[in-house]
Amino acid sequence: MRSLMERLRPALRWETGLAAVAVIVLIVGSAVSPQFLTGNNLFNVGLSNGEIAIMTLPMTLIIISGEIDLSVASILGMASALLGVLWSKGLPMPVIFLIVAIVGLAAGAFNGLLVTRLGLPSLAVTIGTLALYRGIATILLGPVTVANFPSAYTNLGVNGVPFTANDVTYSTLIFVVLAIIFGVVLHATPFGRSIYAMGASVEAAQFAGIRVKRIKTILFMISGLICSLAGVLWTFRLDTAVQNNGLGLELDVIAIVLLAGVSIFGGKGSIVGVVLAVLVFAGIQNALLLTNFNQEATGIVTGALLLASVFVPNAGRWVRRLSRT
Amino acid sequence: MSPRRQQRPDQPARRTGSAALVERVFRIRESGIVVVLAVFVAITAAIQPRFLSATNIQFILVDTTVIALLALGETMVVISRNVDLSIGSVLGLSAYASSNLFGPHPGIPIPVVFLAGLGIGLACGMVNGFMVAAGRVPSLVVTLATLYIIRGIDILLFSGKQVVSASLPDAFLQIPRSTTLGIPNVAIAVAVVIGIGAYYLRTYRSGRELYAIGSNPEAARLAGIPVGKRVFTAFAISGAIAGLAGVLWAAQYGTIDSSAGTGYELQAISAVVVGGVAIFGGSGSVIGAALGALLLSTITTALYVLGISPFWDQAIWGFLLIVAIALDQTITVRLTSALRKRRTRHA
Repeated sequence: MRSLMERLRPALRWETGLAAVAVIVLIVGSAVSPQFLTGNNLFNVGLSNGEIAIMTLPMTLIIISGEIDLSVASILGMASALLGVLWSKGLPMPVIFLIVAIVGLAAGAFNGLLVTRLGLPSLAVTIGTLALYRGIATILLGPVTVANFPSAYTNLGVNGVPFTANDVTYSTLIFVVLAIIFGVVLHATPFGRSIYAMGASVEAAQFAGIRVKRIKTILFMISGLICSLAGVLWTFRLDTAVQNNGLGLELDVIAIVLLAGVSIFGGKGSIVGVVLAVLVFAGIQNALLLTNFNQEATGIVTGALLLASVFVPNAGRWVRRLSRT
Repeated sequence: MSPRRQQRPDQPARRTGSAALVERVFRIRESGIVVVLAVFVAITAAIQPRFLSATNIQFILVDTTVIALLALGETMVVISRNVDLSIGSVLGLSAYASSNLFGPHPGIPIPVVFLAGLGIGLACGMVNGFMVAAGRVPSLVVTLATLYIIRGIDILLFSGKQVVSASLPDAFLQIPRSTTLGIPNVAIAVAVVIGIGAYYLRTYRSGRELYAIGSNPEAARLAGIPVGKRVFTAFAISGAIAGLAGVLWAAQYGTIDSSAGTGYELQAISAVVVGGVAIFGGSGSVIGAALGALLLSTITTALYVLGISPFWDQAIWGFLLIVAIALDQTITVRLTSALRKRRTRHA
């Protein structure tokens, strides 16, 4: 038991700080606006951040494994466009879901195979597929907007989960369930431990018999699948499929994951941190929105938090260096 | 791209031999883009001769200038094994703030406006460079943060407002349109700037040191290279160039709001990668990156001229980008194995 605590301690530090920030956001938020802590507002926060939150989970695994996936928002857009096109062609929804899921998996597999089999840097590959998948979305839909999805599905963006007094969105529920699954897989299975191992040192992981290439490909495929799910949610929530759905979200997703204390070099981070970072991100955005702060400029706060996420953990090192000289 | 010839056993294999080999392959890398460009232009012109009209070529050249400039700064940063994601935001801030000077000061000289843009960009770049170099934190995170922060400042200052072309002096708006012997002046100016950048990276000690840092930062430090200083300079230059590109952008488009240049960082990085600059540093050239920018804008224009829906642009772009990266990797792997064979044979 003590060894577990010892193993957790280095990871806990940043997460504790984040939890403190989350509490501060809660206090400040409810101080600046009486609406902040209402159920209705909780619903809105869940609605406007659900897809981003869902996409942070596979991104966390990929970054811990030492790679990065910039194409997530484009996969979301491609899934949304595909959903729109197939629906306007009159296909039944279950068939569409299956096709969208397969295309998402394929998109992820393409990323993964380019990275692992050809040995290309994931940063470069996924900048390419960022353009490619968004381009496919554009080819699929062109200037067309598909709306009028069946209300049974678009109610996702209107109704809450039953028995929660309409305060919790379906996307929040999905995020919570997925976060638990991802957390268990990452922290409590050999598969998850091997992701840390390859992030810390690819060579050591290979010598330890970990199938690095296969696991990384699987991670990219999971990312593709989850992002296409996010695309479906996004489309139903807004009841629109357009080619630029979710444009630029990849930066938000990466910002949250890095804010969570996940190292950009791989090998470090936790799902608890990511969940807290999602709360901080969504809470700040929402508090600023309620105070009539220019909503588009909330990126300033995201940026400042990102800087804090790299500078605060390093502060100790600098103090030590200064005191030595 | 002729691995068989590289491995010919009868070649002299001294250090000069391998240097010549490296040199040759570098040249091949750039000529690879030239070949792709030539093939692309030839096919397009064969189908639609209008593509080679003077107006169209002028359009492509002017269209390339902004991304080519951004790619120049980005190349210097990428060669040092860093990345600058903030350039799109820097461009936007500089475009608005500099062109906005014409409103309250109608008679302000145009060079002053360019200097203002340069200064804004330089300041942003120095902040980036300071944080990366002094803080020793990953540049991807730092510049992702400043991407948000600089864009946020831009929005806080100027959101809801617009600089319209009516408020800009004619001389300013004519900058992208003026030509010498049929060649747009901006293209000439940008080519000169790129030429200076290429000469600097190729010849100057501090330029070469950027390659050393990118190949192996630790070794560079041990070899006495002032890594922090060089990285700081690369970011400062990248910022300054993005500021300059912002003013040019303003002159080109005439209408500027706080969203100017959104997403340009990825376009510039695409140009850099297509141009054969290794994303993890240590190799590549400014000329390659400029050719990459030219190729990307040629593709866009060619699709337009061919009557292919502009909706295909991005997918083709993305596809070519992946092909370029894959090709580059293949060349590098072959080159490394060729060099290794040489070394073991003559050890």
